[in-house]
Amino acid sequence: MGHYLKKVFLIAAKDLRIEFRSKEKIYSMMLFSLLVMVIFNFAFEPGAEYIKDVAPGILWVAFIFAASLGLSRSFVLEKEEDCMQGLMLSPLDRSGIYLGKVIGNFIFTMMIELVSLPFFAIFFNLSLTAALPPLMIVIVLATFGFIAVGTLFSALSVGIRGGDMILPLLLFPMQVPVIISAVKSTGMIMAGSGIETYSQWLKLLIAFDIIFFMASFVIFEYLIEE
Amino acid sequence: MKEKLKDALALATAVLVVSALYMVFIYAPTEANMGNIQRIFYFHVSFAWTGFVAFFGTFAGSIMYLIRKKRCWDILAVSSAEIGIAFCLVVLTTGPIWARPVWGAWWTWDPRLVTFLILTFMFVAYMIVRGAIEEETKRGRFSAVIGIIAFLNVPLTYVANVMWRTIHPDVIRPDKVDLDPRMIHALFMSMSAITLLYVILLLWRMDLEGMRDRVAELKKKIMEEA
Amino acid sequence: MIEVSRLWKSYGPVDALRGIDLKIEKGEFLTVFGPNGAGKSTLLKILSTIIRPTSGKVITDGIDISSANEDARRRIGVISHKAFLYGNLSAKENLLFFGRLYDVPDLEKRIEELLAEVGLAHRANDMVRTFSRGMLQRLTIARAIIHNPAIILLDEPYTGLDQHAARMLTNLLKKLHTEDKTIVMTTHDITNGLEISDRIVIQILGKIVFEDRSANQTVESFERVYFEKVGEGK
Repeated sequence: MGHYLKKVFLIAAKDLRIEFRSKEKIYSMMLFSLLVMVIFNFAFEPGAEYIKDVAPGILWVAFIFAASLGLSRSFVLEKEEDCMQGLMLSPLDRSGIYLGKVIGNFIFTMMIELVSLPFFAIFFNLSLTAALPPLMIVIVLATFGFIAVGTLFSALSVGIRGGDMILPLLLFPMQVPVIISAVKSTGMIMAGSGIETYSQWLKLLIAFDIIFFMASFVIFEYLIEE
Repeated sequence: MKEKLKDALALATAVLVVSALYMVFIYAPTEANMGNIQRIFYFHVSFAWTGFVAFFGTFAGSIMYLIRKKRCWDILAVSSAEIGIAFCLVVLTTGPIWARPVWGAWWTWDPRLVTFLILTFMFVAYMIVRGAIEEETKRGRFSAVIGIIAFLNVPLTYVANVMWRTIHPDVIRPDKVDLDPRMIHALFMSMSAITLLYVILLLWRMDLEGMRDRVAELKKKIMEEA
Repeated sequence: MIEVSRLWKSYGPVDALRGIDLKIEKGEFLTVFGPNGAGKSTLLKILSTIIRPTSGKVITDGIDISSANEDARRRIGVISHKAFLYGNLSAKENLLFFGRLYDVPDLEKRIEELLAEVGLAHRANDMVRTFSRGMLQRLTIARAIIHNPAIILLDEPYTGLDQHAARMLTNLLKKLHTEDKTIVMTTHDITNGLEISDRIVIQILGKIVFEDRSANQTVESFERVYFEKVGEGK
């Protein structure tokens, strides 16, 4: 077990090292996330009061779009020199490859989200300091669910011609429960409500995370093995 | 013998559909509040129920395919998915036709309606993925993964949408319909008719897919001999 | 020793392998020739546990590899025309990554030795994406043998190599051969393939159609046999 986890983290660390080195993905995801916030802003009257009501939605659209951009590249890395085969040859259970990629994608996406968050606060003139601890719980739960399914679909789409175009078609409908829960609880947290008002949303996020992490963990092997 | 059985089933379907039409339009009384438009409900509900069954067929076929790797399960999965999409389109068309006069809007974000919409999106993506993969076993594996994950998402999407609605209490809900026994008979009849329609369409569609395989096989033989 | 019996692999209606029987002795170098689409890569991928066969068995030293257990994989090293290396990691980082996946003891020292052996010691800290095709292939060999596998499988290793790089590959393979490793290679390259192997087979349309000791054949005689067999298969 310790051996297994050590190798899982090895894969995640390898991914992070590569991404931090090329930086291409960091910049693209970061910029994309900010662009979504800015562009969406133009859909509303300048200075309108209701912007506070729609802000959580904009935040999550920005996060989800940026995360899917990152996911679409996740397995391209393994495809270029057929590294996936190299991983499959190693004495690590195939599920370990999935787990390693999930951890790498999760850490990376969380990082992009945390860096975008202050920009969000500035653009929409919000004070997030008090809301930050509960907001973190929501971000962690929602991001994990998104990445758990997203990593599976990323491995799938990289094996299809025109896969970049297909990935969002698979990802976005899957994320409906995540988006609704995340937007609702973020809204309540920003309005200063207590945890009892949005705990049911957190429960839904936890259910999503567990169901799709387990399912993807089991299915991954069937996906990659001919 | 097998063909005869299918012919008999087709005939039974035709009889049931005609009886259902009779019961829906003549036998069942006109609903007091909504008027004749309410009659669409019999088919709407039947197609919804059967569409859901069809996607369950894809889900089950997908699981069996991943375990057994037998083409027949893939055939079941794709045939059922195609019918499911067609039936869901009926649901998504009849829904608004009913909603317009009764609720005063073509579209409402009713949890059931949204769930069906998302489900339809997912399975259209499923068909797109199938179209993008030439190799048969890979197509089977990849689409099976989507078939399973998409179906698992149904309860979560539904629950999320129900919870989402409860936060907007100003929703126009239909008045509780007091069902006349004759209405229940009509509903039961149309449900049986549409379920049987699904079964016969599925059998035909599976035959068709089998024939495609056979044609491909013959073509290959001709190529080899030439 | 590798024992392949009645190996069959179907991709839907397409049969890539149709009943392969092969016996490869410990320390033997076997080369599999065959035209494109003969199923050579499929055979190697099954031997390396990447693909599961539809039916039939592969037994290496008494272990059935279809159970695909981790110990079976530890004993196998694979070299293909794709490198299985990350362009944005240095040569050393790549070897560290794969070495750790295989729990190679005393890894740093092992990497140093290997890089010296394939003549890349001076490029250890350069990004792999800057490497030429020949250098990439040499690093691939280092990656494939980092865990000191008893069995080495090579899938078209000469693809895309120039004369010089091909010669270097041949010499490295010869060296591995003297180290008592069991080697199976697929190739189109008759000259190189014949020169380094102990035994040769021709695979066409998923079947082994010819088998001989390399010593019994010259390049000319084997070329004749090869084109005759390929012609029959068409």
